[in-house]
Amino acid sequence: MLMISPRMATGMQEKQYTPSLLNFFIYNPKFGPREGEEEKKILFYHPSDVEKNEKIRNVGLCEAIVQFTRTFCPSKPAKSLHTQKNRQFFFEPEENFWIVMVVRNPMVEKPNKEGKPPTIEYQEEEILDTVYGAVLQQCYSMYKLFNGTFARAMEAGGVELLTQKLEKFFYRYLQTLHLQSCDLLDVFGGISFFPLDKMTYLKIQSFVNRVEESLSLIKYTAFLYNDQLIWSGLEQDDMRILYKYLTTSLFPRHSEPELAGRDSPLRPEVAGNLLHYGRFLTGPSNLKDPEAKFRFPKIFVNTDDSYEELHLIVYKAMSAAVCFMISASEELGREFCEQLDGLVGPQLTLLASDICEQYNINRRVSGPDKEPQFKFIYFNHMNLAEKSTIHMRKTASVSLTSVHPDLMKILGDIHADFVRVDEDEEIIVKAMTDYWVVGKKSDQRELYVILNQKNANLIEVNGKSTYFVLIPRIGSKVKK
Amino acid sequence: MSEEHYLELCDSPVQFENASSVNNVFFDEANKQVFAVRSGGATGVVVKGPDDKNSIAFRMEDKGEVKCIKFSYENKILAVQRSPKSVDFINFMPDLPHSEFSQECKTKNATVLGFCWTSWNEIVFITDQGVEFYQVLPDKRSLKLLKSHSINVNWYVYCPETSVILLSTTVQGNVLQPFAFKCGTMSKMSKFEIELPVVTKPAKIILSERDIAVATIYGQLYVMYLKHHSRTGNNPGAEVVLYHLQREGACKRSHILKLNTTGKFALNVVDNLVIVHHQSSQTSFMFDIKMKDTDSNLNIHQPVLPARSIHPYKIALTGPAAVGSQTPVPCELYSSTWSVFQPDIIISASEGYLWYLQVKLKPVVSLLQDKSKLMEFLLRRRDCKMVILSVCSQMLSRGDKGSLPVVAIVFDKLNQVYKEYLEAEQSYTMAVECGPSRGSTAHKRPVRTQAVIDQSDMYTHVLSLFTERKDVSHKFIIAVLMEYIRSLNQFQITVQHYLYELVIKTLVQHNLLYMLHQFLQYHVLSDSKPLACLLLSLESTYPPAHQLSLDMLKRLSTANDEIVEVLLSKQQVLGALRFIRSVGGHDNISARKFLDAARQTKDQMLFYTIFRFFEQRNQRLRGSPNFTPGEHCEEHVAYFKQAFGEQAFIKPVTL
Repeated sequence: MLMISPRMATGMQEKQYTPSLLNFFIYNPKFGPREGEEEKKILFYHPSDVEKNEKIRNVGLCEAIVQFTRTFCPSKPAKSLHTQKNRQFFFEPEENFWIVMVVRNPMVEKPNKEGKPPTIEYQEEEILDTVYGAVLQQCYSMYKLFNGTFARAMEAGGVELLTQKLEKFFYRYLQTLHLQSCDLLDVFGGISFFPLDKMTYLKIQSFVNRVEESLSLIKYTAFLYNDQLIWSGLEQDDMRILYKYLTTSLFPRHSEPELAGRDSPLRPEVAGNLLHYGRFLTGPSNLKDPEAKFRFPKIFVNTDDSYEELHLIVYKAMSAAVCFMISASEELGREFCEQLDGLVGPQLTLLASDICEQYNINRRVSGPDKEPQFKFIYFNHMNLAEKSTIHMRKTASVSLTSVHPDLMKILGDIHADFVRVDEDEEIIVKAMTDYWVVGKKSDQRELYVILNQKNANLIEVNGKSTYFVLIPRIGSKVKK
Repeated sequence: MSEEHYLELCDSPVQFENASSVNNVFFDEANKQVFAVRSGGATGVVVKGPDDKNSIAFRMEDKGEVKCIKFSYENKILAVQRSPKSVDFINFMPDLPHSEFSQECKTKNATVLGFCWTSWNEIVFITDQGVEFYQVLPDKRSLKLLKSHSINVNWYVYCPETSVILLSTTVQGNVLQPFAFKCGTMSKMSKFEIELPVVTKPAKIILSERDIAVATIYGQLYVMYLKHHSRTGNNPGAEVVLYHLQREGACKRSHILKLNTTGKFALNVVDNLVIVHHQSSQTSFMFDIKMKDTDSNLNIHQPVLPARSIHPYKIALTGPAAVGSQTPVPCELYSSTWSVFQPDIIISASEGYLWYLQVKLKPVVSLLQDKSKLMEFLLRRRDCKMVILSVCSQMLSRGDKGSLPVVAIVFDKLNQVYKEYLEAEQSYTMAVECGPSRGSTAHKRPVRTQAVIDQSDMYTHVLSLFTERKDVSHKFIIAVLMEYIRSLNQFQITVQHYLYELVIKTLVQHNLLYMLHQFLQYHVLSDSKPLACLLLSLESTYPPAHQLSLDMLKRLSTANDEIVEVLLSKQQVLGALRFIRSVGGHDNISARKFLDAARQTKDQMLFYTIFRFFEQRNQRLRGSPNFTPGEHCEEHVAYFKQAFGEQAFIKPVTL
C-alpha cells in the first residue's frame, strides 16, 4: 500500500524515496470512552483496509501522546511526533475532534552485497513540521469549505452522517495530496493578486456591483484573472481556501481540455446580438443542452458566526473568472442561469479583453521581461499576498519548482526560525554550489531570495539583498 | 397637474398704462423699454425699463402721431418718428439743449420703415430703398451719414444683442439680407433665401415678418422661420426652420423643429430653448436644438416634452375700475392681444403688462423619464445646479433595481462638464503664468456655470446625506460611492480626500474592513497623510490597518517624521532607528526621543544599543561621544552609568 516514488538515483542502484502518506485518521476520544468501544472513536481511517486492532492501537497511541504532552503545556498541545521511520502530525480543528496524519520519512535504499537485503536509511530531518502541519490544516479547511464543520454534521445527522461525509470527501481528496511537492508556499497558503491599474480595477468594481444589483440573489462575488485574485467579496480566510480550491483543482481541470483543444472556448456564444465567450465552470456545461443539470457545488463560509451555505457558481470568459455565491436555500434553475449568462457573458468578455490590453500596456511600460538574477518568494501575512518566481504553473497534479529541493528546505528552515521570534529578522545562508539564500522578515512580510553568484561573499550578498526592499506592489501605476 | 407647467410668466412684470385711444404703447427691443405715449406726447410719455424701477417720464410737443419711439443706449438720445420721411431727435443728456432736431432720409422718394440704435449715438434708418447709417452729433444737433446701402426692402427685423439687421428683399420677400453694425462700421453679410413651402402666385410678398425671428441660441445667431404648411397637402403640420447665421460664410439651414400641428404660433427663446406658443391649443412646445433624437434624421427635432400651457397667472386688478379691491383675477393666457418679442418677452398691451417668460426645471424632472436625456437637458440650463443635485439625491434614494448603470451614466455626464471646466481653468492659469508676451489673444477666465457640479457639491448635497440613509442597503451605498470615484478617475479628476473618507467611514461602519483593505491594495483610495492617519486610528479594530498606514506614509516619502513617531509609539525603537538611517535622516534626530522610547521598553540591551548608537553619532559629528546640554540627555546618561557602569561609556579619543 506504500506509495513509493523514486526521486533520483545516485550511485549504482541507490534508490531515494520521497515522503509519502502512511496514515490519515480522524477520531474523537469522547465517542468511545469505555473499554471495548474504542472503535467508535474512529470517524475516518486511511487506508481503510488496515486491520481493526491496528487502527485502534494507532488511535490510542496518538490519544495517549496528546494527553501526555498536554500535562507539560496545556495551552499548546503537541503538534507532531518525530520517529525514525515516520512523522505524525496532530491537529484538533474542533473541540475533541483530532485529525492525524502520518508521513513516512524520505529514505535512501542502499544495495548491499548479493544476497543481503538493502540497507534503508531514513532521512528523518528532511521534512518540516511547518510545511506538513500546514498541509494537515489545509485538509480540514478544504473539508469544511465543502461540508461545513464536524459539529454541524453531528447536529444534523449524528456520527453516521459525519462518517459518511468524511469518507466521501477524504477518499478522493487524499489522492490529490502530493506530499513530496509540499513546500513553503503551503505554509503561507497565500493568494496571488493580479497587478492592475486603478481605472481597470474600478471598472471591475463597477461590473461586480452592477451584477450584484441586478441579480440580487448573489450574496458574494469574487473576481479572478489569469488564476490570480482581483476582488473578493468573501472574508479573507474563506477566500484563502476557496482560492486554493479554484487554482489547484477547478481551474486546472478546465484548462486542460482547453489546451487539448476540446471544448474550445474560442467558439463564442451569441446572447442577444452580442458575442461572448462566457461559460459555466460549475453547473451546466452547456446551456443549450436540454438535459443540462443546474446543480452547483455548495460551500460553507463564515462558519464562525453566520455559518452560510452557498451555491458556488464559477463563470469564466477568456482569462477572467468570476465566482458568484448564492444562498443554498435558493433554487437555481435554467431561467436563472440563462439570465446570468446573458447579463454576465458579454460584459465579462469585454472586461477580460480590457484587462488583457491594460496588462500588456503595463508590461510594455515596465520593460521587457529580463531573466532576473535571483529568484524570490514574497508573502505578506496581512493580506495573504504571495508572489513566487520559484514556482512554475501549478497544475492539479504537481507544483513545479525551479530550484533544488534542498534550497526549498532551507527556505522552510528560515521560515521556522522567523516563526519563533516576533521581531524583524534577517538571515543569510550559504548553500551548496554558489547559492546564497537570504530571508527577511519585516513587520508582517517575509521575503526569501535565492541568489546564485560565483565567489560571492557575505558583504556582497548583503548588499544585493538590500535591493529587495522593493516590495512587490499589487496595484501598479500606469505611466502616462 | 400644476406640477406639469414647465413655463411661467415672471413674478414681477413691468406694468404700464394699458393701450387705449389716448395712450399709444411702444416697445423697444434693444433697451427692453415700454413707452406709453399719451396724446402724441403732449400729455406725457412714461418709459418703463426692464426692471420697472427707473421709469422716465417727460413731455414732448405733439407734432403728429408717433410711429416709433426709442432711446439710444443709456437713454442719452431719444429718437421719434412721426413722418414717413424723417426722424426727430431730443437730447436727454444734461448740459445739452433739449430742443428737437430732425433728420430726413437721404434717399429721394424713400419711406422710412423704421430705425434702430446700434450704440449710444449711432442709428440706422431702414427705408424701403435701403439702409442709412448715421452718427448723431448731439452737441451740433445734427447727424452725419456714415454709410448707406441701396436695396429694395419689404420689412426688417433687428437683433439688438448682435446688432444685426435682417432685410427682406425681392418680390416674394424671402431673400434675406443681413447687415452687421459695430463701432461705426456697417458690414454686409451674405444673403440667403428662405425656402417657401409652395409658390402659389408670384409677384406677391409671401414671407411675412411675423414668421421670422432672430435670436442667439447657445451663443450662435439663428434666424427662425415659422413655416406654415398649406392645409391642403398631407403635411403633418407646421415647423420651425432654423438658419444658422454666421459672421462669415453662407447662412445654412441647420435645424428643423417639428410642431405636428397647424394654427397660429409665436416664438420665444428662453435659456437657449426655443419655445413655440400655439394659440388655438393654448399650449407651448419646447425644443432644445442640442438634444439629439436618436431615431430621427440629423437635426430634426421633436419637442423635448409634451406640450403644456404656461402656468396660470393671476393679476391684481388696479386702476380706476377696481379701486380698493385688490383680489387677483386669472389672467387670460395666449390672448390674441399678446405680443411676443425676442428673446423671452410677452406683452399684453391691453392690460399693461410686460412679462419675461421663464422655464421651470422642476416639472421637467418628472416629465422627462430618461435620466440620461434629463441630465443632458439640465446641464445646459442656466439655473440647473440645485435641480441636478436634487435629481441625483432622488435617483439614489429610490434605489430601484438596475439603477446602477443609470447612476453611472449620470455621474459621467456631470463629470464630463466638470472636467471641461477644470481643463479650461487650467489652461487659463497656464496662459496667465506664461505672461502676456505672446498675448495677442486676451486670456479670458473660463466662466463657471451652474452646470459645473464639483466634488464638494456632490458631497454636501448628495453623497454625505445619502450615506446616512438607513433605508438603503450598504451594498448600494458603497456601489454608488465607487461608481462616483470610478467616474472621476475616468475623467482623470483628482479625487478629494473627503470622498475617500466617506468610503472608509461607510466601510468601517459596516465592518467591511477586508473590502477596505482590497481598495487600498489597488490604490483606489489614493495615498495621503490624512488617509494614513485615518488608517492608523483604525488599527484597534483592524490590525492590518497599521501596515497599510505605514506603507502609505512610506510611499508618500514626505512623512518620515510620522513614520518614526508611529514606530516609536509601538516601541519599535530599533525599527525606527533603522528606518531613519535608511532615509539618511539619523544625524538630525533627537537622541532624547529615542532614549526615552528605549527606556520605556524596559529592555536593558535595547537601551544600551540605542545609547551606544548616539554616543557614536556624537563622536562622528563632534569628535566626542558626550551629549551636549542642549540634547537634555543627562537623565539617560545617569541611568546608563547606573546600569552599565562608568567603564561602559565610550572613552573620548584624546590625541
